[in-house]
Amino acid sequence: MHVERELPSEEARELLEVVADLARRELLPRAADDEAAGRFPREIFRLLGEVGLLGLPYPAEYGGGAQPAVVYEQVLEELSRAWLTVGLGLSVHLLACYPLATFGTTEQKSRWLPEMIGGRTLGAYSLSEPDAGSDAAALRTRAEFDGAHYRLRGTKAWTTHGGHADFYTVLARTADDPDHGISCFLVPGNAEGLRFAPPEHKMGLRASPTAGISFDDVELEPERRIGAEGEGLRIALAALDVGRLGIAACATGLAQAALDAAVEYAGERWQFGHRIREFQGVGFLLADMAAAVASARATYLAAARAADTGRRITRDAAIAKLVCTDTAMRVTTNAVQILGGAGYVEDHPVERYFREAKALQIVEGTNQIQRVVIARQIAGADAATI
Amino acid sequence: MRVVVLVKQVPDTWSPKRLRPGDFLLDRAAADGVVNELDTYAVEEALRIKEKHDDTTVIALTMGPPPAVEVVRKALQMGADEGVHVVDDALAGSDAMVSSLVLAAAIERIGFDLVITGVESTDARMGVLPAMLAERLGAAQATLAAEVKVDGREISVRRLAGGREFDVVAPLPAVVSVVEKINEPRYPSFKGIMAAKSKPLTTLSAADLGLDSNRVGLAGSATEVVAAEERSAERARVVIHDEGDAAARIVEFLASRKLL
Ligand SMILES: Cc1cc2nc3c(=O)[nH]c(=O)nc-3n(C[C@H](O)[C@H](O)[C@H](O)COP(=O)(O)OP(=O)(O)OC[C@H]3O[C@@H](n4cnc5c(N)ncnc54)[C@H](O)[C@@H]3O)c2cc1C
Repeated sequence: MHVERELPSEEARELLEVVADLARRELLPRAADDEAAGRFPREIFRLLGEVGLLGLPYPAEYGGGAQPAVVYEQVLEELSRAWLTVGLGLSVHLLACYPLATFGTTEQKSRWLPEMIGGRTLGAYSLSEPDAGSDAAALRTRAEFDGAHYRLRGTKAWTTHGGHADFYTVLARTADDPDHGISCFLVPGNAEGLRFAPPEHKMGLRASPTAGISFDDVELEPERRIGAEGEGLRIALAALDVGRLGIAACATGLAQAALDAAVEYAGERWQFGHRIREFQGVGFLLADMAAAVASARATYLAAARAADTGRRITRDAAIAKLVCTDTAMRVTTNAVQILGGAGYVEDHPVERYFREAKALQIVEGTNQIQRVVIARQIAGADAATI
Repeated sequence: MRVVVLVKQVPDTWSPKRLRPGDFLLDRAAADGVVNELDTYAVEEALRIKEKHDDTTVIALTMGPPPAVEVVRKALQMGADEGVHVVDDALAGSDAMVSSLVLAAAIERIGFDLVITGVESTDARMGVLPAMLAERLGAAQATLAAEVKVDGREISVRRLAGGREFDVVAPLPAVVSVVEKINEPRYPSFKGIMAAKSKPLTTLSAADLGLDSNRVGLAGSATEVVAAEERSAERARVVIHDEGDAAARIVEFLASRKLL
């Protein structure tokens, strides 16, 4: 199905055409096989890098594309429509670059940003720990300053691209202070003492590696701390605003893919002498799915436009993440229903979409946590404690 | 060195094609126009030659109605330096002979050492244009190239024809058509898209090329389509003879019709 896109410029329109073409040729044909085999498509990210997608939001002076959120979120949507592992992976990479690009000093940015966003390297964002998930502020990985270096010790969980990334944006504790005890670090993927657990065996997104990391006395030069000591949680939460918006766009792409598959099938499957879409029970379900996808897109684009004005989008991003990922879950569930038995087997992609949608209701803050954030925001309270 | 690469807009290969009733010309409004995929290999090869040889200018050339400028833009986004669009209502309905006349005139005007084209366009599928061009331009021709090397004023080409390989060497200027095997065309990058905006793009009419309107278009063409009929479902039947790869070809056939 053709998606009418709202784009601010001719170059953005041309870029989205390239992205759609690339998605159709490079992602669609292999997504199902690679997901079944649990094969991470690292070279696809190199290709995205050559096209310039790995630095799209960031300043041109560091080699980025300087594109507004309204554009790069739609790039995420288009990629996720073809293969969520790739869309989500790009979102995570952009999230991993955000703290340095936003809170780094000019020296730090000149030193690391061009390579991070230049297309050849891939990033990861490591916040969650075995005992600090929704309650991220309870994290225990320590970064001790020994006078010359920071030394990181502890265990992270659930890191997307863990074991494959070239750099990790890591949140670690520099003090016990509950409000200002966490700092943000940029850790090279080949740092000594960095060890990766075998990737998790997941329900979906099996081509996207998710792994625990142990930091066994990882030595970091002090320049690799982003922002002041104790500012880490504030940085992490600002980054999560952007990350959640990205997840919202990815979820919309996934929902669109499920809708496309359901519409196609309902037009080809005959029962009782009719195409099944001619039964109102099916047609209305498709109509509700189409309405939900359009609403999800409008919601994340509203948040993207807000982000482009430069204002803080904590509430908008949480709403977009909640609305779009719940939509993806509902639309993929109904797509399975519309395909009937065919929806339940691996010959069609919808059972995979359904499994993939579930992850989006959990990552970057579960949808319960999004509600907590929204509730606090509308109550006017300080949201920085979640 | 000046490398002219030919690009053409064709109806999207994924959509059904139709001839217009009456004049039996291809109904270009019936489907989205896209760049002839086989031409992207030509653009890629031109860019690779440019990357290996300093002082090379790649000029993308198309002849076609106003929307065809899109394919020149795509070549510029991929990395071509300049674009030329030959556009004129009088050109509508030009057959291969006339197209080669017009394109040769444009190429001469642009100035060239090497002309690179795809093997054929996916709409007309004649594949005669490269040879016609070479003849009109008085240049050497090396068609169906799977490998191209430029060395000084000489070009070496590995031709892939009739399932066999031929190595040929020719002096420049030359016309080369390339097969899909030759390379993997790049996607335009965002920087390429931005850079394309400020690259020179020239528009030429038949008159600019010194061509009288009665020598071009339907009027100047020796080819006339007198009748056409829709292919019946029966005629569309495909028979696959097993040459050891029948299973793979059946799967490909079914997949191409979205039956798999
Ligand atoms: C595929 C995948 C990829 C991931 N990638 C990354 C990554 O790259 N980097 C990273 O840092 N993390 C990543 N994560 C981790 C993810 O962010 C966490 O799983 C998520 O934040 C939830 O934490 P948890 O799993 O510990 O669940 P818990 O926090 O233990 O939550 C369990 C349940 O309790 C609910 N709950 C908890 N607190 C509250 C509350 N206050 N109110 C109401 N309900 C509550 C939750 O909503 C949930 O339903 C990834 C996870 C997955 C599954």
